[in-house]
Amino acid sequence: MNQHILRTYDDELMEVRSVVVRMGGLAAEQLADSMQALRELDLDLAEKTRQADKKLDALEVQAENTVIGVFARRAPVADDLREVVSALKITTMIERMGDYAKNIARRSIAIAEGKGVVLMPPLLDDMATHAHEMIQDVMDAYVKRGADEAIAVWERDEHLDNMYNAAYRQILARMMEAPEQIGVWSHYLMIAKNLERIGDQATNVAEQVHYAIMGEFLEEARQKRDRTSAEVFEGH
Amino acid sequence: MPDTAIDLQNTVGAQPKMSIRDVHVRYGETHAVKGINLDLYQDNVTALIGPSGCGKSTLLRCLNRMNDTIVDCSVEGSILLDGEDIYAKEIDVVQLRARVGMVFQKPNPFPKSVYDNVAYGPRIHGLATDRDALDEIVEASLEKAGLWHEVKDRLDHLGTTLSGGQQQRLCIARAIAVNPEVILMDEPCSSLDPIATARVEALIDELSGHYAIVIVTHSMQQAARVSQKTVFFHLGEMIEYGDTTQIFTAPRQERTRDYITGRFG
Ligand SMILES: Nc1ncnc2c1ncn2[C@@H]1O[C@H](COP(=O)(O)OP(=O)(O)O)[C@@H](O)[C@H]1O
Ligand SMILES: [Mg+2]
Repeated sequence: MNQHILRTYDDELMEVRSVVVRMGGLAAEQLADSMQALRELDLDLAEKTRQADKKLDALEVQAENTVIGVFARRAPVADDLREVVSALKITTMIERMGDYAKNIARRSIAIAEGKGVVLMPPLLDDMATHAHEMIQDVMDAYVKRGADEAIAVWERDEHLDNMYNAAYRQILARMMEAPEQIGVWSHYLMIAKNLERIGDQATNVAEQVHYAIMGEFLEEARQKRDRTSAEVFEGH
Repeated sequence: MPDTAIDLQNTVGAQPKMSIRDVHVRYGETHAVKGINLDLYQDNVTALIGPSGCGKSTLLRCLNRMNDTIVDCSVEGSILLDGEDIYAKEIDVVQLRARVGMVFQKPNPFPKSVYDNVAYGPRIHGLATDRDALDEIVEASLEKAGLWHEVKDRLDHLGTTLSGGQQQRLCIARAIAVNPEVILMDEPCSSLDPIATARVEALIDELSGHYAIVIVTHSMQQAARVSQKTVFFHLGEMIEYGDTTQIFTAPRQERTRDYITGRFG
């Protein structure tokens, strides 16, 4: 895209973008750390992960202030408007991801400190890996302005949902087999839920990225595409 | 990005008030307006935007044949008002300009009283049978222009003694007084301060729906505020036409985007 005649306008948009990217990186890191803390029942790492969440909160505020400044002084329109509106929403979504990671860390502490340690079901690790990739890929799409990449992330949420359903059934079965371990299993169940939620947020980010680039909402774009392929399929 | 600029919303049902068909305008060698096709609707404010010299004023002036008096100026194509060609031989230009009124960049009241400024048109068009009827038209027009309460005690003052913003609203009252169907405005706020501008914009809001309004403005924010349809011109060509909200959130053409976001293009 061409540069603004006012260079400082570009600088401000760059700042918004770089905060978003940093937040995405931090959220991915927090997720990885919280899962490692959980796997190894590492109390220090869990505590560190909980603390790291404050940084995300601070960055969200920073992004918000920059965006409000852009609104006040630039009256952004078109691509610029979509960019700053979606940045505002994306930072909130990423901040949420951080909250979920913090939750996982907190539960790993509870599990470590609880009686009768039960090792983490491997399915949760698979879920975390998938969610982590979704975060990384959606941030890549954001940086590269890749609408198709954003759609690809959006489409991967279904797989995570399926994994969650499988984890849910598995954990429920464990609870029934060993009622004395219900406490620890309910932590794992909530962790599975948190991972599924992180995927939801990555999906929401994907929608915003697509909107910022294309100027239309993913749902509309998909409907259009489905119509087109239906027409092709039906030979119209 | 999709590049179709078809406007479905308006093509359904409503008849255009004015239709511009393949219009070219030249000043001698200068090809100022190049093959414009555009429909204007009764219940819309249509904003024409684009860099200076792109032909906005030229096109606007064609809509009530203000270009007739410019030597060297030739207009090709057709412009229809309710389906009738306004460049046809039998058209009375004075009559046409009552139906298609114009408000200029600089307020230009006649050096006459506030009353006479508004009464002038109705008099020459014989719209009032007696003084009472004329009084009524003057009051109603000033009322519609949001000026009545400010000037009702000084109707005999010279129009030129009003403030700039009041003068501009007086010119709008003058245009309204002859029951126009279309009102053309060429950068009507460019000499006004923000408050006077807000008053004129509020007036445009009030008038919209009753008249087809076309406004040329160099202020993108003004176009966004007052219009429902926006047209972007560049070098005499119409680059994009669409709902104002669409143009300002997701323009389809790169040149529109670069212009409205203030990018090098
Ligand atoms: N009366 C005129 N005689 C000759 N050329 C003119 C006249 N009016 C405008 N032009 C030329 O026509 C082009 C379009 O001008 P105009 O319609 O005033 O543009 P805009 O209103 O978009 O600034 C410009 O190149 C301008 O120099
Ligand atoms: Mg002009």
